[in-house]
Amino acid sequence: MDWTQTFNLTVGVILDPLTAAYILCAIGLSVHFGFTGLLNFGQAAFAAVGAYGMAIGYLTLKLPLLVAMGFALVCVVIFALILGVPTLRLRADYLAIVTIAASEVFRYLMSTSAFKDVTGGSNGLSQFGYDFFDWNPIPVGKYTFGPFDWTEDQLWIRIFSFSLVGIATLLVWLMMRSPWGRVLKGIREDEDAVRSLGKNVFSYKLQSLIIGGLFAGMGGIVFVLSMSNVQPQTWVTNFTFMVWTVLLLGGAASMLGPIAGGMVFFALWVFVNEILAGMSSMGWLPFLDPAQVGQVRFILIGAALMLLVIFRPQGMFGNKKELRFNG
Amino acid sequence: MANDIVVGKIEPGCKKVDPILVADNVTRQFGGLTAVNVDHLEIPRGKITALIGPNGAGKTTLFNLLTGFDKPNTGSWQFEGKNLAGVASYKVARRGMVRTFQLTKSLNAMTVIENMRLGAQKQTGENLFAGLVQMWRGQEARITAAADSLLARFKLDAKREDYAGSLSGGQRKLLEMARALMSEPKLIMLDEPMAGVNPALTQSLLEHIKGLKANGTTVLFVEHDMHMVRHISDWVIVMAEGKVVAEGEPSVVMKDQAVIDAYLGAQHDTDLGTMKKGK
Repeated sequence: MDWTQTFNLTVGVILDPLTAAYILCAIGLSVHFGFTGLLNFGQAAFAAVGAYGMAIGYLTLKLPLLVAMGFALVCVVIFALILGVPTLRLRADYLAIVTIAASEVFRYLMSTSAFKDVTGGSNGLSQFGYDFFDWNPIPVGKYTFGPFDWTEDQLWIRIFSFSLVGIATLLVWLMMRSPWGRVLKGIREDEDAVRSLGKNVFSYKLQSLIIGGLFAGMGGIVFVLSMSNVQPQTWVTNFTFMVWTVLLLGGAASMLGPIAGGMVFFALWVFVNEILAGMSSMGWLPFLDPAQVGQVRFILIGAALMLLVIFRPQGMFGNKKELRFNG
Repeated sequence: MANDIVVGKIEPGCKKVDPILVADNVTRQFGGLTAVNVDHLEIPRGKITALIGPNGAGKTTLFNLLTGFDKPNTGSWQFEGKNLAGVASYKVARRGMVRTFQLTKSLNAMTVIENMRLGAQKQTGENLFAGLVQMWRGQEARITAAADSLLARFKLDAKREDYAGSLSGGQRKLLEMARALMSEPKLIMLDEPMAGVNPALTQSLLEHIKGLKANGTTVLFVEHDMHMVRHISDWVIVMAEGKVVAEGEPSVVMKDQAVIDAYLGAQHDTDLGTMKKGK
């Protein structure tokens, strides 16, 4: 087993832009679920709207890339309004069903061949990200920090994506310490009580859905800039569940939870994969052929998530007291 | 004595000198059951009015209808002369008609003081953008001061930083009432405020409700504790099977043998334990 490679891959994924993309989605979900109590199981759709919004804005509408990013965020707001206005009057569990359905509807809309000219159908879209790397102010070269070894473009997208993570976290922190955030937490606890105190609960839930969706939209943008293509099969329900895992691991109602949760989750993800693959290649796991290793780690991660939710429901950074009273 | 409350004859649905809330023809059906069927009802301003009646009389449903938490099949009602039928529940509260719930709705994963602050009205910081730029600091300090003085009055000041979920049932009742008062209501509607509150605290709570009246707040409450009703209310409205069946001063209404027998049950003052033994 190559320990150096295992170590490098495990550490490398911590600052991967894809990790940042999941963290951004998880920050959005912490606004939805952790602070407002909205059971959103369609976070993949918000990310997908951001991703497709930017790609279509750039390729079809011929907008400059930065404007296309803004267009993507406008699309996210519109999507949140379409989703939220009819559904936010529903009880929490119905919202979960509606959001998961909406995210699948959006994914199929993007992959259908009917709109192939705009969405690229099942092949998706590519060749929209060159401008992003043209903005790169970092001189060409190799940049090495400890175990990290990046080209100028790799460094640039990491700076960009983790800056977004930092800005999003700061914004959530500012929002949640304000009276506005207090209303959201009140809604999470009991929306009728908040209504009886003269707060327009529906409006706050809609604002929460939009803001959390915007962070997910940024996550989608980061994701496809890093992959340099957008494909419909990225935004399957699995994406949403990975975001949920990241959030629950870190702590649903905490500032650092999504960041730590995302980094730990993907480090474990890669580490377990490398270990299993190594053990398999050395013949220690005779009951597994190498192709099955990838599935076994899903099983392990799933079991770990169950144990986490049972034994540490507040996650790594959540406040235990905030979750003790559920009844 | 009743002359300062009632115009004319005292009867169910009688006219009041100065009503704060007037309801007409309010009905609510659940399937075949008519839960509320109130022809006419007026709540006197600046008084403490008790709404009593047996379980299932429609008291809480009437509360829900009047405050916009439930929609009636028919009916209209005015608060301070302005129509309130069909108005969303949060707007009802903003107009100054604030209610509490029979099943206490404390916000458990928030501290007591945060529960209190949430009750205050017209907070600039509750706007997203004003909240982000810290424009709410001065107002927050004033709200906190008001909350602290209310907490002290309700003997909850020692629990200020505790999570509401860690309070006892009675303390949560107190917190909910104190939180409702943070909004400085004109009419406060309390749904069984004394249920689960210990007797030592009951006395101070009664005094506090009387104090509300002294400050000009109108109180309407549902209660099963007849001693409390007798002790603090200026006016009593009796409901049964969805209808208002009697009204009057507490001393008069509660001596009315027909009311006692028909609507409170002949054994309303008997301990449940003795009743079981009797069986």
